[in-house]
Amino acid sequence: MAADLSAARAALEGVPSEPGVPKPDPIVKGDNITRTFGGLKAVDVEHIEIQRGVITALIGPNGAGKTTLFNLLTGFDEPDDGTWAFNGTALGKVPAYKVARLGMVRTFQLTKVLSKLTVIENMRLGAKGQRGEKFLSAAFKSLWGAQEKANTDRADALLERFKLDAKREDFAGSLSGGQRKLLEMARALMVDPELIMLDEPMAGVNPALKQSLLGHVKSLRDEGRTVLFVEHDMDMVRDISDWVIVMAQGQIVAEGTPQSVMADQRVIDAYLGAHHDSDITEIDIADLEKAAEAELDEGTKP
Amino acid sequence: MHLRPATLLMAILAGLILLAPVTANAATTPAPSPSAGAEAPEANPIVDGQNITVTLKDLNGGKGEPKPVPGVTLTVFKESKSGEQVGTQVTDTAGRISIAIPSNGVYYIALDPDSLPDGVELSGGESNLTITARLGGNNFATFPIGASVGESVAFSEKLTNSVVSGLKKGLIIALAALGLSLIFGTTGLTNFAHGELITFGAIITFMFNRGFGIPVIAAGALAVVVSAGFGWVQDRGLWRPLRRRGTGLIAMMIVSIGLALLMRSIFQYTFGSSTQTLSQYVAQPRTDYGLISLSDKEIAIFGISIVAIVIVCIAMMKTRLGKAMRAVSDNPALSASSGLRVDGVISSVWILGTALTGLSGVLLAINEQVNFQMGFKLLLLVFAGVTLGGLGTIWGALVGSIIIGLIVEVAPIISINGYNPVPASIKEVGALVVLILILLVRPQGILGRAQRIG
Amino acid sequence: MDFAVVIDAAFSAALGPQAIVFALAAIGLNVHFGYTGLLNFGQAGFMAVGGFGLAVSVVTWDLPFWVGLIVAMLATIVLALVLGVPTLRLRADYLAIATIASSEILRLVLGAVEFKGTFGGSNGLTGFARTYKNLNPYGDGVDIGVVSFSKDDLWSITVGWTLVALGCVLIWTLMRSPWGRVLRSIREDEDAVRSLGKNVFAYKMQALVLGGVFGGLAGVFHVLKQASAVPTDFNTTFTFYAYAALLMGGAARVLGPVIGSILFWFLIAGLGSFFSQATGGTDPLIPASIMTDTQASLVRFIVLGLGLMLLMILRPQGIFGDRREIAIDGR
Repeated sequence: MAADLSAARAALEGVPSEPGVPKPDPIVKGDNITRTFGGLKAVDVEHIEIQRGVITALIGPNGAGKTTLFNLLTGFDEPDDGTWAFNGTALGKVPAYKVARLGMVRTFQLTKVLSKLTVIENMRLGAKGQRGEKFLSAAFKSLWGAQEKANTDRADALLERFKLDAKREDFAGSLSGGQRKLLEMARALMVDPELIMLDEPMAGVNPALKQSLLGHVKSLRDEGRTVLFVEHDMDMVRDISDWVIVMAQGQIVAEGTPQSVMADQRVIDAYLGAHHDSDITEIDIADLEKAAEAELDEGTKP
Repeated sequence: MHLRPATLLMAILAGLILLAPVTANAATTPAPSPSAGAEAPEANPIVDGQNITVTLKDLNGGKGEPKPVPGVTLTVFKESKSGEQVGTQVTDTAGRISIAIPSNGVYYIALDPDSLPDGVELSGGESNLTITARLGGNNFATFPIGASVGESVAFSEKLTNSVVSGLKKGLIIALAALGLSLIFGTTGLTNFAHGELITFGAIITFMFNRGFGIPVIAAGALAVVVSAGFGWVQDRGLWRPLRRRGTGLIAMMIVSIGLALLMRSIFQYTFGSSTQTLSQYVAQPRTDYGLISLSDKEIAIFGISIVAIVIVCIAMMKTRLGKAMRAVSDNPALSASSGLRVDGVISSVWILGTALTGLSGVLLAINEQVNFQMGFKLLLLVFAGVTLGGLGTIWGALVGSIIIGLIVEVAPIISINGYNPVPASIKEVGALVVLILILLVRPQGILGRAQRIG
Repeated sequence: MDFAVVIDAAFSAALGPQAIVFALAAIGLNVHFGYTGLLNFGQAGFMAVGGFGLAVSVVTWDLPFWVGLIVAMLATIVLALVLGVPTLRLRADYLAIATIASSEILRLVLGAVEFKGTFGGSNGLTGFARTYKNLNPYGDGVDIGVVSFSKDDLWSITVGWTLVALGCVLIWTLMRSPWGRVLRSIREDEDAVRSLGKNVFAYKMQALVLGGVFGGLAGVFHVLKQASAVPTDFNTTFTFYAYAALLMGGAARVLGPVIGSILFWFLIAGLGSFFSQATGGTDPLIPASIMTDTQASLVRFIVLGLGLMLLMILRPQGIFGDRREIAIDGR
């Protein structure tokens, strides 16, 4: 395992730090992906490649098109133009659920746990290929009971790993913001994805939980999965990512290892500068909501 | 869904009552000249034994005694038009035919519109009538005459007539649709009780007019004011507390259904189930203005609704409150964070919205009649108008409503090789089909813009 | 004032055929709205298609009764598919408007004089229920004080409650399965379900068809119990009443729609009988200056409207429900 990991990281060593650079072993490849809202070009990516087996961070100021790119890649939104492929399978017009089945599973910026289901039910939902989910066999427990048992065992193991086992029978709605992020990640693992895409995994998580969350993200890579995440928290980006892609105004403006990107003047201009400004000039509703949610979560925590 | 009074009249009269009461359907016709059609016989005696007797009388818009219409050919079939022909006769000088029938059952009476004298038109445009003979002796039926659309009228004239009534209907819908759209835009509420706000305006007008003897115009103005007040009360008493509690939009939608049932039942309780008329402007003669002919009240309806809509649109563009309303409808969270009193704006929206909707009810009452479910019957067309134009946009609601009004009125006159895709008796179907299609193809409406999702 | 009459009316309605029609329709709505979160406001349309599917097959097309039943069920499935393919991608309030509009279109077309030959116009169709009536094993009606039923009603009750019971068992087994779990998850957040590789559209469609079939069954039962199919019976108000019954009993609970329908009719009939007694006779309890007997029949609908509002505001989980697992967020 560890050898594979270092090999994966080593493969990136010779890759030059320039936007849209080809990778030695890409799991995702995209070309000329564009998406406009009204007159605004939210995403305009000429070429993107995501290296297999490493953690790639996608950063950029608010409105840079990171989440929109996520939505496009995972089939939650349709681009105006462009082609992209996952493991060589072209994904244009492929619906979101098929993308997930192929092994490319995402989480959401505003966590989407199913609050009126219990934690364990949330987990069971993630399992793939359930016979009991077919309408015709649903009424006959004998057809799906054994599979359900196996899925539950797997779910329990994951809950233990993510330290949610104590919350097993609680409604997911009663979890704190950080626990929701953990649950969403654990649930995504039930699908057994090759590529896991995390949209702001640190947003609304209280600082005490951040370290363990970081550890969990790293452990995803260590078990051989590819991770792509969007994040604002620069410490996290520096800490755990092997490669960083920087977006601004819909385009990829820089790429490279964390060290090289953080030192890049273009990035500081495009991202850090703009980001600092944006706090004053534009109010991002999603951010407002996130902040509100985080506050609420703090309030409801036991 | 929405029976025109004249059609109602037809149904009621297809029984024993022979002498028509005052019909409410406006407009009149010139005195019939017996030149057209077949020669009228002296008298058609009422047949002994079981029979169907039809008397044609021109109600003349309710003014004066109804005049018999002679010389019109009527044919009676068993069951339906394709059924066995029972008999045919030409109306006599008393406007009467009487045809013997073999037994009780359903009979179809067809009137040959070409044999109608010039200038005489059928109310509702139906040239046939289906009655159920239940009596051993005489089964009377009456064709209401004295309103719009007759088959003898040229297509171009039919088209202009229906375009005019479509525009009129569209404007009345537009007033209610503006109200709905304003409220939806600022609060996100899909208000199923909106139809009852239309009825509210109409019934309050009726109450002031018939109850307190106030002239219709003043009663209508008062009703608009009362509607505005009702909007404020409704927001304060119901919707604002619900918003404060953080009640979800779907829950609020169901609350609005409960409110609709409640209000409709209260209307029925206090007003009764019958359809009633205001004291003035019930039937007015139409004046010919070249291409189109309009009664004075129709001109007033056009004028008032256009002026009201223009004022609202300008106010939304220019005034502080209007801009605030648009800001809230654009982005409530942002408006609140930039110091706008969102609750105050929403209150104003409710006042303005219900006032407009009340006005639409007032105009509807003047144009037609007052009934406890008149607004409920219009509700889906209002939804259609708003959706067609794009939920939450002012211009969209306006344009959409007028298109819906036109579809409702114009669709029934379209016939392809004699086949009528939207028969007059179900003319709303066309508009509802358009509503569904728009939701499917372009849910943001013809004027709305695609929203960014996620 | 004779309270025995009021009690008899209330209990007889609560257990009678009309409550069964509501229970079946509301079980369907529970699948749609309670479990899956689909805001179907056109349940009356599904009922109309079921009822007229049977009536038209037997009366107009002269098919045997049992074939008519199959036609009725197939017709509701077809309606669900036709309606579902395009509309299930709409957001909740658009779906509500689209379904309400389609049920109105159906009602108007079924009642249109132009299609009288097929659907019987506004009078509807009769003469299709003979087979059903002939199966009636009861020789006489019952009257045991608190409830009284005619011979025909007794038969309808037997058939109807059996159907309701079977329906509840089916829903119970389905909803405890992983299939039911996917539906409940879709109700919560369909994007989350999609992100886990489930074909949300297919599940919604299955739910729409299943709930629609219950609606169709309600329609068939409705036209059979009264031996006539009349278009105006299938108006939008019916759908709203069925929602009221569902919410009263508690959405997303297996017995919610059944308990709700029983309660609904208990209250409607009880109030109706009470106020008609209170205003009837030579010396009425409530003088005619306050309430006439026609107005008395309306009080229950006023209470119903008010009740639906208050229920939704104060107890969206229904009278017996548990707030934590209800379908709709009341707050």
